[in-house]
Order: sequence, then C-alpha cells, then structure tokens
Amino acid sequence: MNNIFVYCEITEEGHVADVSLELLTKGRSLADELKIKLEAIVIGANLKGIEKEIFPYGVDFIHTADDKRFFPFTTGPHAKILIKLFKEQKPEIVLFGASSIGRDIAPRIASALKCGLTADCTSLVIGDHEDKKQNKVYKNLLYQIRPAFGGNIIATIINPETRPQIATVREGVMKKEIKAENYKGKIVPFDIKNIFDEVDFAIQIIDRHIEKQKINIKNSQIIVSGGYGVGSVENFKLLFDLAELLGGEVGASRAAVDAGFAPHERQIGQTGVTVRPKLYIACGISGAVQHSAGMDESSKIISINTDSHAPINHIADYTINGSVDEVIPKMIKYYKENSK
Amino acid sequence: MSFKIIVLAKQVPDTRNVGKDAMKADGTVNRAALPAIYNPEDLNALEFALRVKDQIKDAEVIVVTMGPFRAAEIIRESIYRGADKGFLLTDRKFAGSDTLATSYAIALAIKKLAPYHLVVAGRQAIDGDTAQVGPQTAEKLGLPQVTYAEELVAVTQKDITIKRRLERGVETVKSSFPLAVTVHGSAADCRPRNAKRLMKYKHAKTLTELQNETKDYTHLYNERPYLNIEEWTVEDIDADVEALGLSGSPTKVKTIQNVVFQSKDSKALGTSNEEINDLMKELLDSHIIG
Ligand SMILES: Cc1cc2nc3c(=O)[nH]c(=O)nc-3n(C[C@H](O)[C@H](O)[C@H](O)COP(=O)(O)OP(=O)(O)OC[C@H]3O[C@@H](n4cnc5c(N)ncnc54)[C@H](O)[C@@H]3O)c2cc1C
Ligand SMILES: Nc1ncnc2c1ncn2[C@@H]1O[C@H](COP(=O)(O)O)[C@@H](O)[C@H]1O
Repeated sequence: MNNIFVYCEITEEGHVADVSLELLTKGRSLADELKIKLEAIVIGANLKGIEKEIFPYGVDFIHTADDKRFFPFTTGPHAKILIKLFKEQKPEIVLFGASSIGRDIAPRIASALKCGLTADCTSLVIGDHEDKKQNKVYKNLLYQIRPAFGGNIIATIINPETRPQIATVREGVMKKEIKAENYKGKIVPFDIKNIFDEVDFAIQIIDRHIEKQKINIKNSQIIVSGGYGVGSVENFKLLFDLAELLGGEVGASRAAVDAGFAPHERQIGQTGVTVRPKLYIACGISGAVQHSAGMDESSKIISINTDSHAPINHIADYTINGSVDEVIPKMIKYYKENSK
Repeated sequence: MSFKIIVLAKQVPDTRNVGKDAMKADGTVNRAALPAIYNPEDLNALEFALRVKDQIKDAEVIVVTMGPFRAAEIIRESIYRGADKGFLLTDRKFAGSDTLATSYAIALAIKKLAPYHLVVAGRQAIDGDTAQVGPQTAEKLGLPQVTYAEELVAVTQKDITIKRRLERGVETVKSSFPLAVTVHGSAADCRPRNAKRLMKYKHAKTLTELQNETKDYTHLYNERPYLNIEEWTVEDIDADVEALGLSGSPTKVKTIQNVVFQSKDSKALGTSNEEINDLMKELLDSHIIG
C-alpha cells in the first residue's frame, strides 16, 4: 500500500497553518494503523527551515517546491505540482484543510485524477467494506464521515475503487499533537523545471488584505451560542452581554447566521468552527447534527430552549425550559451581584 | 464574435428550512416536504454574469443546469431575470452522479457551447455544501479559476478584475479569458425578475413540458422559437455512460446513520429566579465561570 499525503498550507506569516498540523497528526495515526508512511507537501516561497515545523508531527517525507511565484497561493501552479506528484506517487490517501485554499484546490486535483473527494469530514476512520452485489471485500478503506443532507443523519462515504481517497477537514476538527520533537524524515525537493504552461500563471494578484484572525471562538473557554430561537439581532445583544461578562465569545448556528443575527465567522458546526470549550451555553438552538458536530465535545453544555424535547437537550448537562430573553437577563443579574 | 458567458445553476431542496416534518419516521429525508429552489449562491453567480454582460457589447448569458425535468424552472427564472437562454441536461442516466460525474457532464455541455469567455458557478450548493463542481468543471475544461468572487471590479473584452472573499480577508485578482469563476454569497444579490421579460418568456418550455400539455401548442412554438428551452440527453453531449451516474461516481455512501444522541444525565430546570441562581452559583463554585 502507498502512503498518506497531507498538503501543508503556508500562512501569511510564513508558518505551516494549524489545520495542516492537525491533519498531519491525524495522518500519522492513520499511517500507523495502516503501517504506511506519512508524507507532507509544502509549496511556497522562502521555505528554508519549514521542515522544523513539520517533522515533529511524525512526517517521513517532505516534498517541497520553493519559488517566489508560489506565494501568495494561486491555483494554477499549486495544482500543477500536486497533480504531477500524485500521478507519480499514487498516494493511498490525501488530506487537505477545508480552508479557502484547500477547498479551491482539492476539487481540481480530484477532477484531474478522476477520484473521489469528500468535503468537510468530521471524522476519518479505517475500515473494511463488503460489496455484496459483486461479492468483493475491500480492506482498509478510509471511511470519510460527515453529516449529510437535511441533518439528522451521518453518512459514511467510501471510495472503493479509486485512489487516492481525498478528504477535506475543517480547522479545529482534529487535534494537533507533536509526535516527537526530534523525529527525522527526509526532504525531497520537487523538480519544477519545464512543468508549467502560461495558463498556470493566468491569475495575477494585484491586491491583498489578509487580517489576522479577529474573532477567536476556537480558543475560547466559554461560548454563549445563539440559534434561530433567539429571534432578533436585539436579543442577540443579550448573548454578547453575557459572553463579555463571563469572558467568553459569542457563537451562532447557521440558521442564526442565515437570518442575519450574527456574522458567518461566528458559525459553529460542520461548515463553521469546531469548538471544545469548558462551557457551551446553547440559546434557542435545536441541535441539528451539523451544529452538534461542532460543539458536542464541550465539557459542560447548558441548553436554553422553549421546547423541552429539542434534540440539543440530549447532549446538555443542564436544560432550562424557557425563553432566551427571560433567562439570560437573570443569569446576567446573578453574576453581576455574586462574582468576585 | 459575441462574448459568451455560461452560468451554472442548480435546483436544490431548501435545506435551510429543514423543519421537523422534513424527516420521516424511519429517519429518511422527506424530500417532498422541502421546496425546490434556485441554489442561493447561483443567483449571485447569475447576477455576476449579468453585470459582465451590462458592460460588454454583444455579450450573451447562457444558463446550464443539470437535473430532473422540473429543473427547467431554473432556466425560466434565469431568463426572467435577464439571461438570454438556457440548456437543461436531463437524462435518467445522469441520476446518482456525484460531483465528479456531474462536472464531467457539465464540462461536455460547455464544450458544445464553445467558444466562450467565462464560466460562472455558485461557490456551493446548499444540498451538500461541497463547493466542488465549479473547480472540477474548470479543471476538465483546462480553465484557470477564480473562486469566492465577491465583486466585479472591472471587465473589458480582454480581461477581468475580481475581488475575492477569503476566510480572513480579501484579494483582488486579474485574469484574461477564458476563465472560470465561482461566486460567493456575499456578492451582490440577484436583480429581480423583469416584468417585460416575464411576459415574453412566461410560456418558455422544454419539449417534455410541452408534451405534458393537454392542448397542442406546437404552432405557437414554431412561430416563437425563443420559447423553446432545449433539453440535452447523454447522447446530445456525447458522454460516456460509464463516466456518469453511479458507475461514474467514485464516492459511494456506505452507510447512513440516524443520529442517536447518547442522552446524558441532564438536569432539567425551569426559569424561576431560584433555579437560575442555583445554576449560576454551581458554575461559580466549580470555577467553570468566574
Ligand atoms: C450541508 C449543511 C451544512 C450545515 N452546516 C451547519 C453548521 O455548520 N452549523 C449549524 O449550526 N448548522 C448547519 N446546518 C444547518 C442545520 O441543519 C440546522 O438547520 C441549523 O443548525 C438550525 O439552527 P437553529 O438550531 O438555530 O434553528 P432551529 O432548528 O430553527 O431551532 C430553533 C430552536 O429555538 C427554539 N426556540 C424558539 N424560540 C425560543 C425562545 N424564545 N427561547 C428559547 N428557545 C427558543 C426552538 O424550540 C428550536 O429548538 C447545515 C445544514 C446543511 C444542509
Ligand atoms: N446539477 C448542476 N447543474 C448546474 N450547475 C451545478 C450543478 N451542480 C453543481 N452546479 C454548480 O456548481 C456549484 C457548486 O456545487 P456543489 O459542488 O454541489 O456545492 C453550484 O453552485 C452550481 O453553480
């Protein structure tokens, strides 16, 4: 069996992106299970020393392509390199971050290699598959697990016949963990001579404004999160008040974002951020799988909901059967009077 | 030569309004309970295309959609809002296609419409949020791509300047043609239906729709050829059937699982001052807050 490859994104500051390190960690454990090697690909400019950030995650080979034209990211040259590399190396599995970059490039790669791609996986597991119709057993496939259409169901997607098996995963879904500070692998520079056509550089970047991450929900220990049931932008202000008081951040469900109660950067769930805070207060959130996929590992969950049967209540430690606009002010009042 | 802009638009179930009745008792999705709508970001894509058309002489906007017969609604809606015409890819053999097979079929249809300048897709369709078909189609056509377009900054016959919306910022890029663009939901909303166009094209129909009419309108459609919405089958785009539908789709759904939440032992509280205060006290005492 061939190896697992992780595409490593380079941030504005010239480091490997968190999401890529998280995927290297996952890649390492999948590689151990399959008894194969873990390989990383870095494409960028001035990559000298970048291997020091990568090897400790247990990487056996780093493929590098270093050229001033490769940063900032444009699709053409990165795709050209990946397609060529994968045609030569025939990876078993390839992982991309489900970021602006990963979701731009992964589909092009899958299209060129005529293989399957599953976006926004919330879990990746190795397992077998029996095709009863063809009486065939496939060993050690990558189960690409994600909530699916309409919520309330979780689909396990497989690619029995085609390779590589490609998946994207959002930042924060996997945990990053160093394997060994002095893990040693090999650097393999990728030969970029004569591989490009003019069309690969058709896109010219003329201006860029990239901000450092402003809202830091991912690392917040307390999250007050609002759903459609909060009802209005005004009521959402109550959540901001409580979050500020507790030193936390405000999150939101997709329905709340769609309704314009909160900006998309605050969305929690499969297509938003994954969080694991100490305390998650779910206000007027029903608890569709796409939402709970992003918060069910919170240590303590409080649900405030007018419907005592809301699905979120099943995973809550405390359920308050009542209306957000009644309950939150009471919490604020008690906290103001009793803290410190 | 006219300037050809191709828009990819999809009809999707309105997953944003998944209510309780959207799930059947056996845990499967009740599609009938979800209205079919124009995929929201494809409306942004249509507007993007129409804005290009507004600035280029002799530009033409053509909508391509793949789906069941009723997806002709998407083409009519596009025409009401300003598109010039549309093609419906419809064939049972397309059914079950994943994004790879879909992009294969759509790319073949676009090749039939060549030469073209721009292919504009939505960023993603809300039924799966995969955001794959746009870039996959671009790859099959050998086109450079600009994803997450938020604003048309400038366009001439020769090149186009586009502002993109990224996770943490914006980027402005310039490209020559031909080019593929995917449009982000933060881009301009689509213009409404135009009353005159609505009158003129109200009866635009596909052959399949005409055959379901009780009266014979053939003569009317011969007189007014612009009312015909063309349907394309697998043969019309010269597709390899093996590369379509389930056989052309490398991704298979192995299992679908109902989510059964492992119920925690949760404490149920009411909204009385006492109950809320006790909870807050407990959180403070255990240093979860404070
Ligand atoms: C492909 C795909 C990806 C998705 N990704 C995400 C994602 O990343 N994140 C996400 O959140 N969703 C996502 N969704 C949407 C998800 O399926 C749900 O539709 C969404 O999470 C519902 O949000 P909600 O709970 O706020 O709204 P609703 O389901 O409408 O629930 C509102 C809740 O508020 C309660 N309520 C009403 N009034 C009050 C009141 N006054 N006080 C207290 N409670 C009240 C109601 O009882 C109800 O439980 C995705 C969907 C799809 C199809
Ligand atoms: N069946 C289809 N017909 C036309 N366009 C499609 C179809 N499926 C996807 N697209 C286009 O590709 C975009 C991304 O779709 P998806 O990969 O399904 O998220 C959509 O916004 C559409 O512009």
